[in-house]
Amino acid sequence: MAYLELNNIYKTYGQGDHATEVLSNINLSIEEGEFVAIVGFTGSGKTTLVNLINGLLEPTKGEILFKGEPIQGSSHERGVIFQNYSLLPWLTVGQNVFMAVKEAFPKKSKEELNELVAEYIEMVSLTPAINKYPKELSGGMRQRVAVARALAMKPEMIIMDEPLGALDALTRGNLQDEILNIWGKDKRTALLITNDMDEGIYMADRIIPLRPGPNATLAPEFKIDIERPRDKTKMNDNLNFKETRNAIIEYLMDIGNERKSEAKEAFVLPDIRPKDFVYQFK
Amino acid sequence: MKQSITLEKVTKFMGLGFLSTFKDLFTGKLEKEDFKSFLRKVIVPLASVLLFIGLWHLGAKSLYNTEAAFKIEKALNDQGPEAAEAMRECIASGDISCQPNTLPSPTQVWDSYRSLLKDHQIINADKAAFKEKTTALNKKRIAEGKAPITYTGRPSFVDQIFRSLKTVFAGFFLAFLIAVPLGIFIGLSPTLKSAFNWFIQIFKPVSPVVWYLLVFMIVKTVLIGSNEDSSFTISFISVGLCSMWATLMNTAMGVSSVDKDYINVAKVLKLGSFQKIFKVVLPSSLPLIFTGLKITLSVAWMVLIAIELLAQSPGLGLFVWEEFQNGANDSNAKIIVAMFIIGIIGFLLDRLMLTVQNWVSFDKTDAI
Repeated sequence: MAYLELNNIYKTYGQGDHATEVLSNINLSIEEGEFVAIVGFTGSGKTTLVNLINGLLEPTKGEILFKGEPIQGSSHERGVIFQNYSLLPWLTVGQNVFMAVKEAFPKKSKEELNELVAEYIEMVSLTPAINKYPKELSGGMRQRVAVARALAMKPEMIIMDEPLGALDALTRGNLQDEILNIWGKDKRTALLITNDMDEGIYMADRIIPLRPGPNATLAPEFKIDIERPRDKTKMNDNLNFKETRNAIIEYLMDIGNERKSEAKEAFVLPDIRPKDFVYQFK
Repeated sequence: MKQSITLEKVTKFMGLGFLSTFKDLFTGKLEKEDFKSFLRKVIVPLASVLLFIGLWHLGAKSLYNTEAAFKIEKALNDQGPEAAEAMRECIASGDISCQPNTLPSPTQVWDSYRSLLKDHQIINADKAAFKEKTTALNKKRIAEGKAPITYTGRPSFVDQIFRSLKTVFAGFFLAFLIAVPLGIFIGLSPTLKSAFNWFIQIFKPVSPVVWYLLVFMIVKTVLIGSNEDSSFTISFISVGLCSMWATLMNTAMGVSSVDKDYINVAKVLKLGSFQKIFKVVLPSSLPLIFTGLKITLSVAWMVLIAIELLAQSPGLGLFVWEEFQNGANDSNAKIIVAMFIIGIIGFLLDRLMLTVQNWVSFDKTDAI
């Protein structure tokens, strides 16, 4: 049985005539220890999908099974790294992480919790900044705190919603490696939502494009058979990488063109002109 | 030595733009922006204060002359030319008994201020003497189980200020105790919000005078039979009820509009509802709550004067009213002194709340 299973998921926002179906007929199964990436255009329903999986939203139709059981709300077993970090600005780095571990391990003593906090902050190499507030940190540092917060709860699965989207290319590369390192250490299951294809190919075992919404649905998957650990500098020379990349780009371009032609048909402009248009320029 | 350092510091602190402006002026490097900001920040406010005092002086003088001319005219019509001449001499001599009663000039107000301070010192000395006299006696009375003798002389102007501050802070505290918890509940529950909304909309614009009358009706009956002076109770409750609305609405708004990201964090971390309120909702709405409290304190100070006046509760409001009723020669000047004191204290209270507000706020734009 798959570790995480989505069966015929539909998600509709609004009611009656105003209803928009954002996701339709999503089927996905992720095995334990697997790293899966979902790539898609902005506005294609990626965040909706991730919120369904982490339990912030409920599907309109269909069921989501986690370890064979339907999910009910969010759970400490599935750690979430949000797109916009979502650190609480009135707490320091240490306090942000502490709040999470205190909820995840209510039975541990304060000393144990503090050790845990220190350990995970060390892991993202932010120990010198432990008493700083989020506003004193750079974007990359903030995201690392968010990573530490999610991982300190020792989730069995990590769900990442465009975690590196707001970062510059260099920081992004470093953090990708850091996340891969952490994931590689104890082989947790990971789901990455991203709009950066290279990031997906570099990090994941499988890539699944999301056909853009409304009515977004998952496209056929692409397996990535590149040995780990992967070397970023040599990726461009890797034949497999190039092929996979081209195949996905081609696929997404096709979808894009399809949608463009659909859009052209949808809005035919009427052939009318203002009545006194001519007089104004006389 | 110490003196010179402070002097240097003061000039540096106060005249930094000014000094550098002049230095640059002589070396030919005057930056236009520096001069402009110096002009705007130092010269313009100072000039406007001087202009204000000047206009006040001229206005007061003209009113004084009109009133004096009227008095002489009246004496001429009623009692004949001799009486008019006597009146003219009397006014010119500065005799207190026949001075025209009108808007006091800045110098008169300043003199009144000093005489009020002197009065305060006299009353203080009186109090100290009274205390000295009665300490031994009071000890004996307490040992015998009797109430000690307390000072019952009239309060000085400074005492009135502190009485007013006491009333306003009691009222502010009451508003805080009612409005913040209620605002949190209203903000958290849409049901409560719709239940209380009409209530808030109707009572918010009610005048302080009406609040006072309402509180008076209730407190009078509640305290029936007790000999206690209820004027303080009535006035601080009225002040609290009058001023709590800003805090109530700001708290409710702050609590109901917490950033969705923070709520998601609370959900993902699975915080309990108690934890969620105290760790996420309240900290994030603190800036708005404090904005409300700031408005509440300034409204409280503003309505206090009117309510003290009505309730006959000791304080600046009563002081103003009594001086007006008194109609003594320097009463008008004392009223103006009270006006300035009220304004300055209101300004200081506002600054105080602003400091607290800045202290508890976090920069929303910086810390996504």
